Amino acid sequence: MSTETGAATLLDGGAIIRVMLQAALDTIVALPDITTSAGLLWPLSRQPDVNLVRICKEDEGVSICAALALCRKRSALLMQQTGLFDSLNAVRGIAVEYKLPVCMFVGLLGKEPGVPPSQNKKYSVRTVLPVLDAMEVPTLSIEENSDIAKILEAVDRAYAESRPLVVLFGRRVKP
Amino acid sequence: MLRTDCLKEIARLRGDALVVAVYSSAFEWIGISPHPLNFLSVGAMGQASSSALGFAIGLPDRRIIVLDGDGSLLMNLGSLVTIAGVAPANLTHFVCQNGCYEANGEHPIPGQDKISFSGFARSAGYRVVTEFSDLDTLRTELPGFMQAPGPSFATLHVRAGQKPELDYSLVHGPEARRQFQASLAATLDSRS
Repeated sequence: MSTETGAATLLDGGAIIRVMLQAALDTIVALPDITTSAGLLWPLSRQPDVNLVRICKEDEGVSICAALALCRKRSALLMQQTGLFDSLNAVRGIAVEYKLPVCMFVGLLGKEPGVPPSQNKKYSVRTVLPVLDAMEVPTLSIEENSDIAKILEAVDRAYAESRPLVVLFGRRVKP
Repeated sequence: MLRTDCLKEIARLRGDALVVAVYSSAFEWIGISPHPLNFLSVGAMGQASSSALGFAIGLPDRRIIVLDGDGSLLMNLGSLVTIAGVAPANLTHFVCQNGCYEANGEHPIPGQDKISFSGFARSAGYRVVTEFSDLDTLRTELPGFMQAPGPSFATLHVRAGQKPELDYSLVHGPEARRQFQASLAATLDSRS
């Protein structure tokens, strides 16, 4: 069994969803991402108290979440890091320069479990944090199940301070 | 049709709608229909329709009007599919088609003389789709169009009139954003 799929190394999707709902993130704007698909997006799509908006391209989600925040509604944008890279101009203009609480939950495709993102072999993983740091976007890395509880405080702070947040999932999420 | 004439007709019927406007339309709109719920700070080209969808979800009891540009919408065509999928009844989407990137040197948009934005919207699944090329028809049909449950979409075949002064601080600046957010907050407080 590989370490990527071994049950002991997978993140607990149920625990993540409970924290997301505790943080009042009841509108989920999403494109599928294989890291979080089975453990987050599919279960969220079956939650009766969650409004799921399926989008065609990730930058749409930045604008949707920003407008919802202006309407005092909390939301989360689920995507893969490739979609985050594709959305950087929207993140720059809307979330950072306009100072709006856009919470992005990002699965790191291709990340080696247990290896810090900065030390990964893959360029597409290794460059995520430096890019977000350069853009002054706060991040939270979820590597272990013990990290999941930190999501609540990070989301609350993003809304309290009206600024974006990127939560990075470094392992696959199990249902 | 002159774009300003079209915008005046829309302004006459806007009521208390929240209006999302971009580029040249935005600069003309703030002169034609000054209102605290004009949202002009879309932040990145192409994002007006997605911002409008967010407002339509967040404010289901209020009409949301988006005044898009053709070059802008080309950058976010997928949003037509997303909007049609969500199907907000309170969203009315106009695209001002003048065939060029007016605010960026008037270069032609790709496929300038071939594309049909109404065709895109119809194929995406908008509930109501139409287009207007003359002002008399617009005046006659606009009230019914704007009252119809959405999502509704209209292409306005326009030409620019006198060019508005493009002072971007009026649409993207912190004061413009502060004023909009304060007005929206007051609107939300009055409902609660």
